[in-house]
Amino acid sequence: MPWTKIYTDKAEFDTTFSREGLRGITYREAVREALFQILQADERVFLMGEGVDDPGGIFGSTRGLSEKFGKERVMDIPIAENGLTGVAIGAAIAGMKPIFIHMRMDFLPMCMDQIVNHAAKWHYMSGGSVHVPLVIRSIIGRGWGSAAQHSQALQALFLHIPGLKVVMPGTPYDAKGLLFSAVQDGNPIMFIEHRWLYDYTGYVPEEPYSVPIGKGIVRREGRDVTLVALSHMIVEASKAALVLEKEGIDVEIIDPRTVTPMDTQLIIESVKKTGRLVIADVACRTGGVGAEIACRVAESAHSYLRSAVQRINFPDTPTPASPALEEVYYPDSNAIVAAVSSSVNGG
Amino acid sequence: MEANGVKSKSRRADSADLSIGPHDTMEQRVSNMNTSSATLVEILRKMMLIRMFEEKIVDVYGVQDMKTPVHLSIGQEAIAVGVCENLETNDYVFTTHRSHGHGLAKGADPGKLYAEFYGRIDGYCKGKGGSMHLSVPEVGIHGTSAIVGGGIPLAVGTALASSMRGDERVSVSFFGDGAVDEGVFHESLNFAALKKLPVVFVCENNFYAVSSPISARQPHDDIARRAEGYNIPGFRLDGNDAIAVYHAAGQAVKRARNKEGPTLLECRTYRWKGHVGPDCDYENGCRPRFELDDWMDRCPIEILKKSLVRTGIMNGIQIQALVGEIHGQLNSALEWAKRSPYPNKSDVFKDVFFKGK
Repeated sequence: MPWTKIYTDKAEFDTTFSREGLRGITYREAVREALFQILQADERVFLMGEGVDDPGGIFGSTRGLSEKFGKERVMDIPIAENGLTGVAIGAAIAGMKPIFIHMRMDFLPMCMDQIVNHAAKWHYMSGGSVHVPLVIRSIIGRGWGSAAQHSQALQALFLHIPGLKVVMPGTPYDAKGLLFSAVQDGNPIMFIEHRWLYDYTGYVPEEPYSVPIGKGIVRREGRDVTLVALSHMIVEASKAALVLEKEGIDVEIIDPRTVTPMDTQLIIESVKKTGRLVIADVACRTGGVGAEIACRVAESAHSYLRSAVQRINFPDTPTPASPALEEVYYPDSNAIVAAVSSSVNGG
Repeated sequence: MEANGVKSKSRRADSADLSIGPHDTMEQRVSNMNTSSATLVEILRKMMLIRMFEEKIVDVYGVQDMKTPVHLSIGQEAIAVGVCENLETNDYVFTTHRSHGHGLAKGADPGKLYAEFYGRIDGYCKGKGGSMHLSVPEVGIHGTSAIVGGGIPLAVGTALASSMRGDERVSVSFFGDGAVDEGVFHESLNFAALKKLPVVFVCENNFYAVSSPISARQPHDDIARRAEGYNIPGFRLDGNDAIAVYHAAGQAVKRARNKEGPTLLECRTYRWKGHVGPDCDYENGCRPRFELDDWMDRCPIEILKKSLVRTGIMNGIQIQALVGEIHGQLNSALEWAKRSPYPNKSDVFKDVFFKGK
């Protein structure tokens, strides 16, 4: 199925799918196309964020939208992340559907009071009488010395908060489809993108469509090891699977796509088949999404595990700047190969 | 410790243009301002309703079956009523942890409030909110934050929605002087002023955040003057003068409805009870007794009552009848609330997420 695959090389996509009449666009273009169609279809939707209307357009994902829809619906804002999150919540309470956009996920800690104490709790606290249809897009940065305050991946912080949904699309197809679902959902949605996915190409239908929130997907079927990969790690996992295939190890890659609610059943069914679990996340190790997945498997399918669970993460340090240190910091497909091999051979 | 607000009688002389001159008397104000008798009586009735609603909480709280932290607004009633009397039912109001008065002033039902405080299914939040998270969408209260300053940007957000849709609704944000310490106060006023949004910021300056005096938290106590920084009107008012608040808020609401932008009203007042709970806090040394005595001498309800009697709008018999009527209403409300069942145990898992209508 073309939408389960991601192509790091557009030429590869073109040779494979253009012949079949399938359209390939980048992750960046998929997000932009979704926003365009959503703005066009629903007057209640508006975008807000620092620099959403500037020529760069949030790494190209909002480029040209202010010209088309005007600066009120594609609204540049003061650098006041927490207050403006509150403004977005207020607008959502009043029936609008704001999409608040942050170029870096590192800016979300500025908004924690409004996200955690307000948006996440509003529906529950009001006895179900009020809801907050708010989408918060943020982008995980990586590389080029971005360092400790411009490359954090903080999905685990939000995983811990009841009332938030946390979405991490890994392909252009999912980016567009999940964005449609997020805007229609009616709850506060943390929509987390990865900067390194922006240039990758995949099959994306032109017409609007939804990918359901809470449904994971098997990106590669295999019998030996369950490899759960999140966001950009699905690219590294796909590379690793090819290497491992040559070693005779058949990897099943699962992309949860949504961290909350998590498609736990999909992971557990896979582990029951393979008996092994490796988890690759784009964030630090301790208290991360991988820890939660490992725990759920331990709770529900521990007797099926034939070897110790392995996690591939960033180390528990802030992100360094130097390219020499970044090389140590960021795990790649080699790290996944090593972890899977250890799971199969060492377990 | 500085005596907070005790000198505010003389401070009235330097108040901004909406305030009353130092030589006016309350009787003159009542007659000068062309407020209809019916409105004045309604303002008094609502202030008495709030006072008596909270006094009943004081009465029953010792039994310890109303298991919610109550933040009483006794002594501050003139602000809630003076402001809300200018609002339409669907105008938005965002309040604070100290929200009973604002809810009643906007039209919330006392029985459903009591039921919520008792944790019952008939409460406004079905027992999920308690005293601090009032939510009465049918009167424009779409949830309440108990984080200091947390509700201010929400009011700016509903005002943004009104502005984008071109509707006539006004948003009001009530908050205390403590919220002015917070960064979100600045962020909210900056954005509201920038976009000329239809919102009225009402600061109930009671000079204390829990028991920390404003002198320990802010470089000056002239909160109204902060409006200058945002190029919006800011007025300091005697928050115990319901008529002054009513008229100033009326102008601010009109300004908002006419799409002329936000206004900051600083209403100086004093909370008679401690930060939380039914007791006065001078007993444990939080605040000096003489401060409370001074402010109790300027009880907002007594001030208005006397004026209405002197100007012949009401007489003592009518006021007594009103007291009896409100007592009856509140006693029934309290009894009704206590008869309401608790939520089902399974309700703890309900309404984490909105599932569509």
